[in-house]
Amino acid sequence: MAEFTLPKNSKITGGKAWPKPAGATETREFRVYRWNPDDGKNPSVDTYHVDINDCGPMVLDGLIWIKNNIDPTLTFRRSCREGVCGSCAMNIDGQNTLACTKSMHDVAAGGAVKVNPLPHQPVVKDLVPDLTNFYAQYASIEPWLKTTTPTPQKEWKQSHEDREKLDGLYECILCACCSTSCPSYWWNSERFLGPAALLQATRWVKDSRDEATGERLDNLEDPFRLYRCHTIMNCAKACPKGLNPSEAIAELKLKMVERQI
Amino acid sequence: MSRPSSMRTPLGRVRYLGSSHSGTSDFWRQRLTAVAMTLLIVPVIVIVLMLIGRNQAGAAQILGSLPIAIILVLFIIASVWHMKIGMQIIIEDYVHNEILKLASVMANNFFCIAVALASIYAIVKLSSGV
Repeated sequence: MAEFTLPKNSKITGGKAWPKPAGATETREFRVYRWNPDDGKNPSVDTYHVDINDCGPMVLDGLIWIKNNIDPTLTFRRSCREGVCGSCAMNIDGQNTLACTKSMHDVAAGGAVKVNPLPHQPVVKDLVPDLTNFYAQYASIEPWLKTTTPTPQKEWKQSHEDREKLDGLYECILCACCSTSCPSYWWNSERFLGPAALLQATRWVKDSRDEATGERLDNLEDPFRLYRCHTIMNCAKACPKGLNPSEAIAELKLKMVERQI
Repeated sequence: MSRPSSMRTPLGRVRYLGSSHSGTSDFWRQRLTAVAMTLLIVPVIVIVLMLIGRNQAGAAQILGSLPIAIILVLFIIASVWHMKIGMQIIIEDYVHNEILKLASVMANNFFCIAVALASIYAIVKLSSGV
């Protein structure tokens, strides 16, 4: 059966409460998931207090402040800090999102900012999930232009109307917020490609310059790869870029029917 | 599904047995039967209301009408087909043990066929006045 509970060694136990920073007048409480592969202990949730007058407004700013000022062992991915790279995707206050674009002031006042790694993925350390399977699924949809016609001297032409069809698809930054928020992906992440890879697949299926549309649909037509999507729409709710993978998947299903009927 | 946890590459594991090139028929039939049930549900409710409180002879008289019998048989076919596809999807979602999954899908098929045949037999029997 699908696993509905965490394995014994993944259950959260205890956690360290770090003292409030000396001299801080205004602080915000952070509860952060911690797990170290080297100490053989179960994961825990550590409590930190961030001096918000000495720190930027975003959750990522808070995490960097903790790492710089309280606990240098806290591990997380981050890079662009402006919602373009997708590195700092994590579960904040119960919602998958980017720590760099989520303001800590959007988390209900008074409550702690709860930070966990993306759900249902193996954890490498603390807030760093292992996304190997996710990236392999992206590679499996062959996200590049496939053509048989010899490459033209200048460029592959595309009308403005056809280019517009890629809007809402090309903006995906592969942060994995959508796929890891999807229950279908939780239960069948090895066989269901997940919203992110399917949104990308739609991006190539709808590209007027591509000559492998049928081949791409063939590759997706499978009860598990595509049809595990039950339009739950957690993906659209989670997407920090405001995209709608659910709608993109529905378009794929329509194309499947279109070529049969 | 438990996949070989050997030294296969991540891409090899994702591609694994490849696409089965199926699933669209079930997707289409699930919508088809849903639309059919939406159209049939009102006449079916009316027929059921007509049947309430009647004895077997009265029921047989109502079901003796061909359009009524056909509406009920169509409703049985649409709803059982829809039920079969829906249940199979739930099994595929949650049952990961290959043997258990195979057995569950098989049992689901048998159950749905039995329900459909029993219901249709009852309607035909009553409508033919036996």
